[in-house]
Amino acid sequence: MKKKNIAGRTAVFIACLIFAVAFLTPTILTITNSFMTESEIEANYGAVFGTARAGHSYVSEKVNLKFIPEKVTVSQYVTALIKSPDFLFKFWNSALLTIPVVLFQLAVASIAAYGFTRWRGKARAAIFFSYVILMLMPYQVTLVPNYLVSDALGLVGTRWSIILPGAFAPFSVFLLTKFMRRIPKSLIEAAKLDGASEWRVFTRVCLPQCRAALFSIAILVFIDYWNMVEQALILLPDPDQQPLSVFLSQINAGEVGLAFAVATFYMIPTLLLFLGGEDYLVEGIAHQGSVKG
Amino acid sequence: MSEISNPFKKWREARAEKRRVRERIREVSAELSPEQRRAIKRTRTREFLTSIGFLGPSFMGVMLFFVLPFGVVIYYSFTKSNLDPSFAGFDNYKNLLQNPGFLLAAKNTGTLSLLVVPLSVILSLTLALLLEARIPGKSKFRTFFLSPMMVPVASVVLIWQVVFSNNGVLNDFTALFGADKIDWLNSDYAQWVVIVLFLWKNLGYNMILFMSALANVPGELLEVADVEGASPLYKFFGIKLRYLSPTILFVAILSLINSFKVFREVYLLAGSYPYEKLYTLQHFMNNMFNALNYQKLSAAAVLMAIAMVIIIAVLFIVENWFGKDVEG
Repeated sequence: MKKKNIAGRTAVFIACLIFAVAFLTPTILTITNSFMTESEIEANYGAVFGTARAGHSYVSEKVNLKFIPEKVTVSQYVTALIKSPDFLFKFWNSALLTIPVVLFQLAVASIAAYGFTRWRGKARAAIFFSYVILMLMPYQVTLVPNYLVSDALGLVGTRWSIILPGAFAPFSVFLLTKFMRRIPKSLIEAAKLDGASEWRVFTRVCLPQCRAALFSIAILVFIDYWNMVEQALILLPDPDQQPLSVFLSQINAGEVGLAFAVATFYMIPTLLLFLGGEDYLVEGIAHQGSVKG
Repeated sequence: MSEISNPFKKWREARAEKRRVRERIREVSAELSPEQRRAIKRTRTREFLTSIGFLGPSFMGVMLFFVLPFGVVIYYSFTKSNLDPSFAGFDNYKNLLQNPGFLLAAKNTGTLSLLVVPLSVILSLTLALLLEARIPGKSKFRTFFLSPMMVPVASVVLIWQVVFSNNGVLNDFTALFGADKIDWLNSDYAQWVVIVLFLWKNLGYNMILFMSALANVPGELLEVADVEGASPLYKFFGIKLRYLSPTILFVAILSLINSFKVFREVYLLAGSYPYEKLYTLQHFMNNMFNALNYQKLSAAAVLMAIAMVIIIAVLFIVENWFGKDVEG
């Protein structure tokens, strides 16, 4: 019995290992390949991106997936960060879009979630359900309404066309409500008996209880908006205002090495959040659980 | 087995208990004086107003940015053109349903979702079950499976090209077995390339959802099953699956949504007019948007919204029917 158990566990371990390698490869490739010289990148991937030029004898016909650079260099980073300030500028654009969305969305959502938590009336379920439906609508469906409002308010071409709809996205409301409903009712009742106003109960009792939840939702929203492409393409037609994620997706095939370096650089904030807040992140995901309020 | 195989009994008891409570409330409230009644009503009103106050900002924002403009979209879908906003009846819908581009896109989107949703439910549940085993480095694996979340879309696209292009890694690999080169993204397998990308990106997230749901399966139920010598298969299908049903619903809906979101990658991989198998509703809508054809676009958005509401409602009903015996 015990032997079989160990054999089974080894098999599971190996299966997990294989999955893990498959899952990690693209991430690791991006990072290690960003330290390759442009000519090594060209030699490796020229066959794929059609950049192999005649007369370069070292360009192989075959694609060469390599993890370890032959010669480690930061030249791609130098090009990306020092020689062309464009990249840093767009990185800053990304931050100017993503950080306000995260902050506003959390502010609006935590207040709304408190409303949902305190409400015992009959319409609550209906309104909450409509939030869920809205949250589940594909982006293509909300895109047109979004564009129409931004256009009517004269926001198209400004950051607010992304920040304002982002602030009211129902996702965080849904998730925070689920967290807040877990706070013991007695805690809120006790605070109210002590004469605390509703707002005070919210800021002093409810929010501190939700600190982990807020952090985990912040990470989820951050990752989502940090990698946005379509919204920015449509709502911010001016390339000077577009975030790095859009620019990154437009780097052409001749600059694959550069693309890896910029991508790695762009990954740093998410990587830090990910490694620093992984437990929060997992908790945030885990609590979504089901669609019911 | 009687203890575990009777969740129905628990459910019935819980219902009887609820009924008792309700009756008791009715009895008590019959004895209330008019003043007490008024006091209760006042508290209720105050609570209602408080919640409305807190909900207000979000509700107004949602109305302004999502609900009201959707009304405008519905309006657009019934107009003739941008310049001539006269009533067109269902013409836009009729045209849309005869448009080969739309039909192809709808078919492709439908197939993609139909393949992706069950695959991602089954595979992420499998991963979660694998990680239930006592193996070393569990939390490391969890991190690894989640890592695709943070990779920027653009570099995902680069790597997918390296693997699946005509001169790519996959063809080199299949050549070892004497297979011919296939330009995967421009072949009938193109959809599977997207499915692999989707699974790679989303399995970790769904796995976490299942892991937490598995952790919530009552331990004593499983212990009793162990004592009574239930097989692992019975434990899974007879016990765990029932408790997982809300999560299965959630993962299914999430995968459905994300199967729409994978457009971002497909668009970057293959452009506005990809190989026919990859042409989805989102391509169609994007192209309509760029062509400023708001009428067709709006009609498509309305149809898509209706389809989504129907699908979600059906999933809800199925889950309610399947999982109700475990919810108190």
